[in-house]
Amino acid sequence: MASYSTNQFKSGLKIMIDGDPCSIIENDIVKPGKGQAFNRIKIRNLMTGRVIEKTYKSGESVEAADVIETELEYSYSDGETWTFMNTETFEQVTAPAAAMGDAVRWLKGQERCTVTLWNNEPIAVVPPNFAILKITQTDPGVRGDTASGGTKPATLETGAVVKVPLFVEEQDLLKIDTRTGEYVSRAKED
Amino acid sequence: METLRRRAEILQEIRLYFAQNNVLEVDTPLLMPFGAPDPALNSFVSKPHAELVHALHGYLQTSPEFAMKRLLAAGSGDIYQLCHAFRAENPGRHHLPEFTLLEWYRLGFDHHRLMDDVEALVSAIVPTMNFARRRYRDVFKAGTGLDPHDASTDALSAAALRCNIELGDAGDDRPSLLEALFAHVMVRDDASRQALFVYDFPVEQAAYARIDAGPPAVAQRFELLIGGIEIANGYFEVVDPVEQLARHDHEHRRRQYLGLPAVELDPLFMAALESGPLPACAGVALGVDRLVMLSGQLGSVSGAVSFDPFDTN
Repeated sequence: MASYSTNQFKSGLKIMIDGDPCSIIENDIVKPGKGQAFNRIKIRNLMTGRVIEKTYKSGESVEAADVIETELEYSYSDGETWTFMNTETFEQVTAPAAAMGDAVRWLKGQERCTVTLWNNEPIAVVPPNFAILKITQTDPGVRGDTASGGTKPATLETGAVVKVPLFVEEQDLLKIDTRTGEYVSRAKED
Repeated sequence: METLRRRAEILQEIRLYFAQNNVLEVDTPLLMPFGAPDPALNSFVSKPHAELVHALHGYLQTSPEFAMKRLLAAGSGDIYQLCHAFRAENPGRHHLPEFTLLEWYRLGFDHHRLMDDVEALVSAIVPTMNFARRRYRDVFKAGTGLDPHDASTDALSAAALRCNIELGDAGDDRPSLLEALFAHVMVRDDASRQALFVYDFPVEQAAYARIDAGPPAVAQRFELLIGGIEIANGYFEVVDPVEQLARHDHEHRRRQYLGLPAVELDPLFMAALESGPLPACAGVALGVDRLVMLSGQLGSVSGAVSFDPFDTN
């Protein structure tokens, strides 16, 4: 089994902690009281997103996590799993809902996503920063309605509901920032 | 360039402080035939590039401690040295393999008077610094709930587990547990202007400090931390050659336990202590690069030196 020595610790390195793959966020070497050296690391558990701190005696080794980030194209979903394809090798992987997280709100097909694979299984999916999606339902905006802050809800073709300005209408294409879930502008068919 | 100028000012302030206090500047060899047996220190061992000089094979000194103690034993009186020191360890935000060390010795001082001295010097360089002093025991207890002098090794192991500390084979090694827990308690705070002297260490970490029989027995040494970063390490020095040898035997066994290469003690150092003797004194080593880093609010020590020769970026 591959392992890393504390000498190889650096941010971004993927290691196994208590059975979960984790990513090192920060690595600090401390030598208290003229004693031996320790590596104090801050790590993010890639399964739960939780951040914890750990201290290792320098020279110890830790099991490596077989984690890679790769660009895959979203193909389709059967409602329970989401299938992605490597467009060079045509290999497919399926991601469970837990790995999809918020990404499901923005995917309709053929988007290139950053998929984190652990032992070749998807554990996290990040959609492109911007999605172009059609509005399937929204009420007509009422001019002069300032009570709602100049926005109204709109349902997109993926089922996601976003706040949009009053002037946009059903069938409009919208550009959405998937990192914040916010409306950016109207878009044209590309 | 700003940092270079600030660094030069700090070096001047250090020299001015010692001139005003009648402490003599010395300049001892950095390449010597023997290294430091301290298990926490690893030396660079130098070999000549060509086989022209057979005899020259030496250790780049991890600190000028042994050389300076030879001068003290020969009757130098109070001395200080500003020099580079070499430690074979991984570079980090606060570590460079070659760094600038300020080491000084004061005759007739104990570790408390030496803390006053360090405080006066650091205040001369960073006038806005606030200082506090706390016993190791109190700091450790506040952070872990355990008394470092009395707690059982099992209790220390359990605390290490709670704090996510991984020691591998050394999981029940008391000195390793104490060091790891102390490192855990001393949380870094880069923005802090608070300087903390931690003093009276566990006897397991005495190194060459005198031991006060107590109870509890404590090693009469201190460490200065600024924002959780170690700046200086001071000792009320052992001067008795017999005790010195006993400490060396202890370090030799620790090195064996930790799987480190053996380091012989310099016979000329021992001879100097025996014929001296070493006068009663306290000594301290201070990391100059870290002080420059903190004084300039820089993010790492590599920004505090002229350049980091191993940084390829």
